Amino acid sequence: MGMIEAILLTVITAATPLVLASVGELVTERTGVLNLGVEGMMVMGAAIAFAATQVTGSPYIGILAGIAGGALFSLLFGFLTLTLVANQVATGLALTILGLGVSGQIGEPYVGMSGARLEPITIPLLADIPFIGPLLFKQDIIFYISIALVIGVNWFLFKSRAGLKIRAIGDNHASAHALGIHVIRTRYLAVMFGGACAGLAGAQLSLVYTPQWVENMSAGRGWIALALVVFASWRPWRVLLGGYLFGAVSISQLHAQAFGIGIPSQFLSALPYAATIIVLILISHNRRMTLINTPASLGKPFVPDR
Amino acid sequence: MRIELEKRPNPSRLFSILSPFLALGLTVVAGGIMFALLGKSPGSALYSFFIEPLLDVWSLHEIAIKAAPLILIGVGLSVCYRSNNWNIGAEGQFIAGAIAGAIVPVVFHEWHSPLVLPLMLVFGMIGGALYAAIPAFLKAHMNTNEILTSLMLVYIAQLFLDWLVRGPWRSPDAYNFPVTRDFAPEAILPELVSSGRANLGFAFAIIAAIVLWIMMRYTLKGFEITVLGQSERAGRFAGFSSRRMIWFSMLLSGALAGLAGISEVSGTIGKLQPIISPGYGFTAIIVAFLGRLNPLSIVAAGLFLALTYVGGEAVQLTLSVSDKVTRVFQGLLLFFVLSCDTLILYKIRLVFSRLGRGNEGGAH
Repeated sequence: MGMIEAILLTVITAATPLVLASVGELVTERTGVLNLGVEGMMVMGAAIAFAATQVTGSPYIGILAGIAGGALFSLLFGFLTLTLVANQVATGLALTILGLGVSGQIGEPYVGMSGARLEPITIPLLADIPFIGPLLFKQDIIFYISIALVIGVNWFLFKSRAGLKIRAIGDNHASAHALGIHVIRTRYLAVMFGGACAGLAGAQLSLVYTPQWVENMSAGRGWIALALVVFASWRPWRVLLGGYLFGAVSISQLHAQAFGIGIPSQFLSALPYAATIIVLILISHNRRMTLINTPASLGKPFVPDR
Repeated sequence: MRIELEKRPNPSRLFSILSPFLALGLTVVAGGIMFALLGKSPGSALYSFFIEPLLDVWSLHEIAIKAAPLILIGVGLSVCYRSNNWNIGAEGQFIAGAIAGAIVPVVFHEWHSPLVLPLMLVFGMIGGALYAAIPAFLKAHMNTNEILTSLMLVYIAQLFLDWLVRGPWRSPDAYNFPVTRDFAPEAILPELVSSGRANLGFAFAIIAAIVLWIMMRYTLKGFEITVLGQSERAGRFAGFSSRRMIWFSMLLSGALAGLAGISEVSGTIGKLQPIISPGYGFTAIIVAFLGRLNPLSIVAAGLFLALTYVGGEAVQLTLSVSDKVTRVFQGLLLFFVLSCDTLILYKIRLVFSRLGRGNEGGAH
């Protein structure tokens, strides 16, 4: 394998969790719910997936556990913000703080253990295509799921009836409610979908990216995923684009360190975070653009009148 | 079973006082369950977590030491949150303040003068305020989401501190350990009372809380903060500028976080090192909410959260549970605080019948 291929392969590995978590959060935000707990759900997914893999010996059970863990954990957020109408920003933060604590607790017995790495699945024929083949068709299952999710969510949001309802709720929950759409129920499902995606993203971290458990191993990726949703102006394809751009940025710092460029490693490590800020500035600078795309009821609580 | 909310005609006074205590109670119960799940006796675990630290002078000092930054940051954040500015990067502003304040004792370590300490504190506040000025500027003039930018800046500040103490500021006589030189005695924050380590930082915290309480309650500025926070439109009609409010609240909270940072390194640690905070900037968010965004209640909330740090260390030693217990406790507490606050605005009714109201689902 050539060096460029090797580098691209690491970019894909770094981008996948970002794409997954962002696409989940995108659906959540499209229903008007701002869940800032992505970081917490992701790190929970990572811990649960790793623990389940260690216990059962099967990384696939680990993946399922990670997804379920993320979804169940997001229910806490859903209950507080949807049923009890608590402040979404504060509740999201609470979810992150709690997630970092609980995941540390779950992962504690497994610190320092190396996990069963998820093996790549080779797709026959396609994998034989030079260059592209090994990159795109000799990957682990989570990569395939991430691509399928982007395609699926894009279709779902813009082509399906349920997607139309979701967008209606996000744009005006009061009218949607008046039309007889179940605002709260839909939001619960969207929050859980976001949690499941973040959980899967976490599973990728602890089973593929660095196959081990390290405390706080999400390292701000959940927050970057949130920024990516803004970057993508709530459109799934742009999440894919943004995720890979950010994957490239975070990988470039590793390669730059390996090449011994005379810049201190800390500055290179700060690159993805600085890039996030710069991207946010570029996107949000155009006030009209952001207003058009932002779901109008984002972050606003909804209490059905009875 | 379903939960229905019914809006109260007026916010309940009873529950606005009761809800933090209800949240504390629920947290203790949940904590007991957690200890039981970990295979520890809940009674003795809770005792060493919450009661034991209150019984000896040493740990009371520890509580004061840890409460100081929490209160300082928390009261600043309360102003931000009341005005609807979501600064969640106080951890970064804390670090920036610590670095800026440490310029005096680290770079100019040969300069000895009684002015060293006051200058450090001023530098610390400026450093924290400048660091908060970045998300403030971006929000006020570029329309950029302050939640994400202030948070990204936390990671950048942590990495910058790491670089400083391993690189240019590393002490020449620390055997390659990543620390700066020890601060000279005149650069150390004096102790509050002779019985232990608690330092002037605690006094700063109390003073800040009182000043901000007076500001919120008796001044036009306080009124402006509340009005703009509740409705930007109403604020504009009253002639208040939400853009100026972004600057004011972010710089104020940044300066207080910076003061907390320099107080911590000069009062408690005595030098810079890669990690200078056990997440004070994030825990202070819980403190602000537990204190219902009221500066005086935040003092009590800060003391309580400080107790969870000290209590967490205690159970680590006596029951050999991990240090994550503290984090879990703090997260649970914030959850319960937020859920109990619902009771202030709403009556909660449990509906047991399977049939909803007549028109529900009718459109399907």
